Amino acid sequence: MADITETRREGGQMATLAYLRNHMREYGILFALIAIMVFFQISTDGILLRPTNLTNLVLQNSYIVIMAVGMLLVIVAGHIDLSVGSVMGFIGALAAVLVVQMGIPWPIAAIMCLAVGAAIGAAQGYWIAYWRIPSFIVTLAGMLVFKGLMMVLLKGQSVGPFPEAFRSIASGFIPDVFGLEGLHLTSLLLGIGTAAILLALSISARHKEQRQGAPEEPFAFFAARNAIVVFAIVYLTYLMSTSRGLPNVFIVMAILIVAYSFVAKHTTIGRRIYAVGGNKNAAKLSGINAERLTFLTFANMGMLAALAGLVFAARLNMATPKAGETFELDVIAAVFIGGASMAGGVGTVVGAVVGAFIMGVMNNGMSIMGIGIDWQQMIKGLVLLAAVIFDVYNKNKAG
Amino acid sequence: MTALLEMKSISKTFPGVRALDNVNMTVTAGEIHALVGENGAGKSTLMKVLSGVYPHGEYEGEILFEGTERHFHGIADSERAGIVIIHQELALIPLLSIAENIFLGNERAKNGIMDWAETFKRTEDLLKRVSLKENPRTKITHLGLGKQQLVEIAKALSKEVKLLILDEPTSSLNEKDSEALLDLLVELKGRGVASILISHKLNEITRVADRITVLRDGSTVSTLDCHSQDISEADIVRDMVGRELKDRFPQRKVALGETVFEVRNWTVHHPIHAERKVVKDVSFSVRAGEVVGIAGLMGAGRTELAMSLFGRSYGQHISGEVLMGGKPVDVSSVPKAIANGLCYATEDRKTYGLVLINDIRHNVPLANLGGVSKGLVVDAHAERDVAQRYRERMSIKSSGIDQKTGNLSGGNQQKVVLSKWLYAEPDVLILDEPTRGIDVGAKYEIYTIINDLAAAGKAVVVISSEMPELLGISDRIHVMNEGRFVGEMPVSEASQEKIMSLIVRSSGAAAA
Repeated sequence: MADITETRREGGQMATLAYLRNHMREYGILFALIAIMVFFQISTDGILLRPTNLTNLVLQNSYIVIMAVGMLLVIVAGHIDLSVGSVMGFIGALAAVLVVQMGIPWPIAAIMCLAVGAAIGAAQGYWIAYWRIPSFIVTLAGMLVFKGLMMVLLKGQSVGPFPEAFRSIASGFIPDVFGLEGLHLTSLLLGIGTAAILLALSISARHKEQRQGAPEEPFAFFAARNAIVVFAIVYLTYLMSTSRGLPNVFIVMAILIVAYSFVAKHTTIGRRIYAVGGNKNAAKLSGINAERLTFLTFANMGMLAALAGLVFAARLNMATPKAGETFELDVIAAVFIGGASMAGGVGTVVGAVVGAFIMGVMNNGMSIMGIGIDWQQMIKGLVLLAAVIFDVYNKNKAG
Repeated sequence: MTALLEMKSISKTFPGVRALDNVNMTVTAGEIHALVGENGAGKSTLMKVLSGVYPHGEYEGEILFEGTERHFHGIADSERAGIVIIHQELALIPLLSIAENIFLGNERAKNGIMDWAETFKRTEDLLKRVSLKENPRTKITHLGLGKQQLVEIAKALSKEVKLLILDEPTSSLNEKDSEALLDLLVELKGRGVASILISHKLNEITRVADRITVLRDGSTVSTLDCHSQDISEADIVRDMVGRELKDRFPQRKVALGETVFEVRNWTVHHPIHAERKVVKDVSFSVRAGEVVGIAGLMGAGRTELAMSLFGRSYGQHISGEVLMGGKPVDVSSVPKAIANGLCYATEDRKTYGLVLINDIRHNVPLANLGGVSKGLVVDAHAERDVAQRYRERMSIKSSGIDQKTGNLSGGNQQKVVLSKWLYAEPDVLILDEPTRGIDVGAKYEIYTIINDLAAAGKAVVVISSEMPELLGISDRIHVMNEGRFVGEMPVSEASQEKIMSLIVRSSGAAAA
């Protein structure tokens, strides 16, 4: 014990460097997002962070973010889900049939849709977990099957429009109780409140760590990280408050991010998923039911794909046979840009969300600049490749 | 008799270990030369030096083959010279045909286009030479292990082999196939192909070998000539194990309690080849505070026994009974085994023991996450406390509990594995090769931990291939060979010679 404290004292600066090297990826991705936002803020003459565009950015990427959260768990468990785009489109079509054609009240229809999504995920997860069919194959099959089923439901046509209440899932804003002119105070207070709670939790956790022995993260990093997070939350909610306030979807997304982050980091289920992805053999010999966890991550992914399908249908105000096409690739790209490893066992929910927004901001920024879709595709592809090369490079250097 | 191969004062050092120390070995043209020694005596290392796996420059000493000094830089070099090694795990590709396997990397082709007629014709000739009656187009997967060995030898013959090295060629063969293989070696000898035969089966060695080199702890102990002297198996065994036990084991006061763990008539079948029994009707018991050792050679079925007991993690068609505290218990899944107080620390810590990409803090509570959780939520602070406690108790040398286990030394990794199982609070702990690949100092610490466990009234089973270790730490030793328990002795009556001769005597006997 004595020699450990000794090394810590003499190696303060080295420890900081070593910490930075070990966590390069986590900070790197955050700085990458900031850098990309600054770049587009300048190159679009400030359009990027205009309140209306910011709101748009959130709405446009909400379904990707929702699915990225589930995909993160799937990829951490060592699998992949290629079917999410098709499942999302299928559920949108199902919602349209239930609500528009059959006239079922939308909350009931929505719950049915989520249940069907979970069942689809569970069905795929069953083959993957208990029959050990590679997830790539099972979900590739699922991708084709649900794409086809969607066409059957829609009979090749678009179905809509949805009732106003249903549309508000995606296009509505939270109500303002104060009614101030030009400022959505409820939204702003919500943002400030959230930032304050996050800061308080963060500080209290650090205090406990300090009581138990010195914390791993150097203080400068702790301070900088929290300052950036608090500033970002308050500033972005302020921007949106000057327009129509926070979109409903934003609240849904925020709750999902916080909840899944907690599940991944602080629950036994989350911890076990990481162990299964990190070393399935060791996890199983430690008494972990790897099959059931794999099954559950896919069921969960199906449910989130269904939620994304509802949001997307509500946003378009109709279900179209094109819905969800190639979305699975955006979702998977977001998770890998966010630092997850193809081999499993590595990745964070927040990383995946940041990854989704990196893609989202680039889409949005390049569109505003008038860059053609051809170039956009190429640039996005190269960014994905660069992010993963950066990962591997870091790992080789550390290993 | 001219020397075909001379290896002179070969030494090879790994970080911290001198694996070979001035080894000399001479193989004359047209002889079968047996190489024997315990696990870890340096046989494989010596053969890797010879075949160029450890290239020239990574070892000291010189290799003369056919009278000239050779500097091999890889297997391709040594094969070109006519030295071919056949490993214990066969290097055949199951879904390719016999002919394709034999000429793999050495294809009969013109300008990159396969000459199938030539390939099949040459293969037929080669198969005739090894007396294997099979169609060259048959896929390897359809052949039994004995025939696969013959294909390996045919492959070697296709390379104009002068010296054939066989590493435990009969370890997975039945009596009949073993006989056929040995006969083939004798026949090849008549045609001028010398061989080095590495084997634990001394009856086979005394049958076919012309000379025997015995290795122990990386040095040549003796070279026995089977024609000028009458060599008995006992002579070989004495040379193999004749080493003195030094004071390498901590003292312990033995206080035995009730029988807490009992296994009755445990039989396990191979997970793929269902007709093959890997563990055959094994029964044993362990008392509280007792350390029971299981001795045996690699492949004896010890790990398979332990893993099948621990939640049926190995094998199929498992039958038998497990009793704890006198009552039958359900250990049919890993969670049930752990819940009933039976834990197993693996021999392969990297593959089966640790999540290497995770830190110490996450690995220690993995088998007992409930212990650091409230409901479903992991209490990060309780978890840190536990990890910190075990890090100190086991003196795990690391920068902290946040260090990745993949970056720890072998001994410290092993301590993390042990921490994980101690935190699961077992009544019965099976330790499989607990000191494999770790240095002497760390070994002593692990022995101390084992003693502490026994002193705390746990029942401990230790599987080890190092006989001195078993003699040093166990109270009682079972000897396992070819899936069976072939002998039991209190440690006071045990000796390496006794264990070795039990193994040797029972080898192959079961099939006869």
